[in-house]
Amino acid sequence: MREREPKIVAFCCHYCAFAAADLAGVLRFRYPPNVHIIRLPCTGKLDALYLLKAFEAGADGVIVAGCLEGSCHFISGNIRAKRRVLAVKSLLSKIGIEPERLEFFNLSSAQGERFAQIAREMTERVRALGGKI
Amino acid sequence: MIVADQKPIEEILQMLEPYRKVLFLGCQSCVAVCMAGGEKEVGLLASAVRLARTRQGRPIEIAEGAVKRQCDDEFNEPWAKTLEHQEAVLSLACGVGVNKLSERFDLPILPALNTKFFGEVERQGIWSEVCAGCGNCILHVTGGICPIARCAKNLLNGPCGGVRADGTCEVSRNGPRPCAWVMIYERLGRLNQRKNMEQLFAAKDWSTDRHGGPRRRIREDMLLEG
Repeated sequence: MREREPKIVAFCCHYCAFAAADLAGVLRFRYPPNVHIIRLPCTGKLDALYLLKAFEAGADGVIVAGCLEGSCHFISGNIRAKRRVLAVKSLLSKIGIEPERLEFFNLSSAQGERFAQIAREMTERVRALGGKI
Repeated sequence: MIVADQKPIEEILQMLEPYRKVLFLGCQSCVAVCMAGGEKEVGLLASAVRLARTRQGRPIEIAEGAVKRQCDDEFNEPWAKTLEHQEAVLSLACGVGVNKLSERFDLPILPALNTKFFGEVERQGIWSEVCAGCGNCILHVTGGICPIARCAKNLLNGPCGGVRADGTCEVSRNGPRPCAWVMIYERLGRLNQRKNMEQLFAAKDWSTDRHGGPRRRIREDMLLEG
């Protein structure tokens, strides 16, 4: 039987990562179809609860992707989101879930290829961790 | 407000070990403001505990809620029906809330927080202790800055030798803190009340603090019964 593809949820900022994902499609870069994108107006909108709920709902890995540092349209949304992601990573490690299943990335809207690469990297990383949460 | 800290998740998981059906009940007053036990923290903690228990292969069923003030029976009463179906309650209120629920309901009420002090919001994410609830306020003399709460030694008549050249105290918790008496001196100067420094306090009568036993306040005129 074929191994189940890991489910990845990607919380993407509207101005950068979401646009980068769009660009990846336009440029025909391939990335795993198991990456489910959720668009946020800014990663500053990210709530720690979204991350835990994603895992509860069956995600095997979660990506948070915001603008490059210094380029946030709302000045510091990406910096704040990064801090929240770090706090949740620390919580995950205390409740027996590998913190590597959650990662924060910075990218610009021009980095379509980088988005595809991140999607592939995270899928591989989560596959290596194996199992369901 | 009452400032509290969430207990380490490991400790919370250990407390919850014997139970499979628990109500997580937050409080929307002080502990919500200090981001320790409000509705939001209930959601986060419940989610984390569910994930942990699922991973351990021992799933837990969690009901979530938050009351206006857990220190008051009338706000807790609407939860009585829900509690009939629970094995325990994890209270995210301060210790007062835990006590209040324990007086009313005959099932284990577990504390999710460590209750710490009466504090102010220094800025978002930082709270500091400014009142000790000693029961005998002298803030009118000390320029509104409390030496009982803000001096490590509760000194009443000026600073000790532990004050550094930059005006900070040698005792430091979570970063350097200003010497309360340096603050009082400067503040009295701004208020043109520096003469207050000359007022000497006799040894403090601590009987109004906890040293006189658990405290109780009664207002006869507000009692409802006969």
